[in-house]
Amino acid sequence: MTWQRRHVLATDDWTKAEIEQVLDQTGAMVEVLNRPIRRTPALRGRTVILFFAEASTRTRVSFELAAKALSADVTNITASGSSVEKGETLLDTVRTLTALGGDVIVMRHSASGAPYFVAERTDAAVINAGDGWHAHPTQGLLDAFTLRGALGDLAGKRIVIVGDITHSRVARSDIDALVPLGATVTLSGPPTLVPSAWRCGMTPRGTIYEPDLDRALDGADAVIALRLQTERQQAGLLPSIREYAKTWGLSEARVARMRPDAPVLHPGPMNEGVEIAAAVAHGARSLIETQVTNGVAVRMALLYLLAGTEATA
Amino acid sequence: MTAITDLKRDAAKNGWITAPGFIDLHAHLREPGFEESETIATGARAALAGGFTTICAMPNTEPAIDSAGLVAEVIARGVAAHAARVLPIATITRGRKGKELADLVELAAAGAVAFSDDGSPVSDGQLFRNALEYARAAKRPVFEHSQDLALSAGGVMHEGVVSARLGLKGMPAAAEETAIARDLSLARVAGGRLHLSHVSTAGSVELVRRAKADGLAVTAEVTPQHLALTDEWVAGSRAFAWEDDGDRVTPYGTSTKVNPPLRTAADVRACWVGLMDGTIDAIATDHAPHASTKKDVEYQEAAFGISVFETAVPLLLAGIAAGWGTWDRVVAALTTGPARVLGIDLPKDDLVVIDPKAVWTVAASSLLSLGKNTPLLGRTLTGRVVACAVDGELRLDLTRAAV
Repeated sequence: MTWQRRHVLATDDWTKAEIEQVLDQTGAMVEVLNRPIRRTPALRGRTVILFFAEASTRTRVSFELAAKALSADVTNITASGSSVEKGETLLDTVRTLTALGGDVIVMRHSASGAPYFVAERTDAAVINAGDGWHAHPTQGLLDAFTLRGALGDLAGKRIVIVGDITHSRVARSDIDALVPLGATVTLSGPPTLVPSAWRCGMTPRGTIYEPDLDRALDGADAVIALRLQTERQQAGLLPSIREYAKTWGLSEARVARMRPDAPVLHPGPMNEGVEIAAAVAHGARSLIETQVTNGVAVRMALLYLLAGTEATA
Repeated sequence: MTAITDLKRDAAKNGWITAPGFIDLHAHLREPGFEESETIATGARAALAGGFTTICAMPNTEPAIDSAGLVAEVIARGVAAHAARVLPIATITRGRKGKELADLVELAAAGAVAFSDDGSPVSDGQLFRNALEYARAAKRPVFEHSQDLALSAGGVMHEGVVSARLGLKGMPAAAEETAIARDLSLARVAGGRLHLSHVSTAGSVELVRRAKADGLAVTAEVTPQHLALTDEWVAGSRAFAWEDDGDRVTPYGTSTKVNPPLRTAADVRACWVGLMDGTIDAIATDHAPHASTKKDVEYQEAAFGISVFETAVPLLLAGIAAGWGTWDRVVAALTTGPARVLGIDLPKDDLVVIDPKAVWTVAASSLLSLGKNTPLLGRTLTGRVVACAVDGELRLDLTRAAV
């Protein structure tokens, strides 16, 4: 199948075949990363601009390693705070990025929808590395790849996502990657941190909401814990972090309610002792480090599909 | 008057609709202070192109219209524009700050036709009660932008399925409905003439319906955009509430960002029902033009507002064509309804002529308003204003071009 998409902004309108194509390509990239010399010329002569308008180390480094493993030239543009604070508009930045002539713009931005704004105004391919609460498609795809590796075919599998769903681009992109592959997703977390519509019977296709985490985990095939921002407590959405940890934190006893060996994922960085106990984060079920490794491979796969010039072999 | 007589004859010959000139209770003309977005002159001309021969200018300018001198200045500039008749609305509170009442009697004497802190509600319940009571002495209605600011804080669109999907902070319907419930309660004790601006939810319509059934002297308006567009437009839909979803445009288009936000199709339907049964008295545009710099930004940073004057009539005609309302009721809500809210007689020699079959495509270059911020850009609409007369004088005439 020939790759058709110019940008990766969200996977909410992707077909199962498109997601599987990325995952299969990711498998090939894992092989590249397992070679003694982790480098292929697939993007030789291409320029990848990493535009991170919101603080990030892990995702930015992951994309940088991915681009370099494909022999692309990589440029970093970082900006602290919002574009408004620094006195330069996003429109100015887009014009600059376009003038710089990058082939791919990888961008992270605090405003939901910002990658659409950029994609509409540039000739480059745009990869969304996280926009506000909206989407983080490479995280969703790497979670799907990681879960497929652990569970095989995801059709009929039940995956729990627990935590601050409302403010989580990871949750949205996990849903958008897992549901097309046939998985069902159980969302769990405090009612104040789940979108009102999703609590009132209008959950996204393939998902349900179960506020009781124990019930959500009973017999589940995997769980993804989300990072809890402590500022949610200050905003009045939670009585206390302690109560959150007790009610929605992943303890050893809780994860044991899932099927034997059901894996535990977390997009990082973790608040150990809040949304996940240290013993779970570093225990036998944890795939959290595998996620980091797979993240590089999935980003290589997408860069290659969007801008590859040579075969990866 | 021969021009008007000729026009009426041409209208009958061409199948054009004539109606008394439309009265818009709610327009932002941006002058003084934001002349890059609109001026009284450009706004008054754009209003004529939309069929509005009388427009009420909201006072959220810089400075805000809170003194007799500023009211007089708006009137003078409106007269100088020589287009739509411009009636100034003055603020409820000094500087629109919601702290102390403006000099309402003096403002009315200077020519203010109503009072409003539009864009901001008067959050202090006691102060709002005082405003309603004191405005009785000024014999003017109070136009309230009803919104609970704590419930809507940070919101950029309607809270619902679409905001959940897009990861945008929503403003719940309850932010409007609880504020309207408060305002109706205060109007019961205060008396006075409460007029609710841009009612947009099914719950709000029901609250007004019940208050009117109880005999409360309250009036309400709805905008053309809240009678046609839905929150799905933020996600890229361009289907009217009564249409099936079709081709989508890029999501997060900032021209869909407006306060109150675009609601669900069920809310649009309820607004039409309220309009048809008389719960809603007037259709007002909330014409809110913005310079491109305020809109060519991230969705959450963009200014609220849609440029509405010139697309109001075709939007309403589309709703009528879909069977959601009738022309007679729409015309009443554009003429006698708003006149009653203002307590004025319908200007006798104002006239609007509409070609209901004219098909045109909305383009930035075709809009007289400086504000090109409408999500209808690029869309083909049916129905267009071809002429307007103000005080018997033909001030807009596209009939030669249209024939």
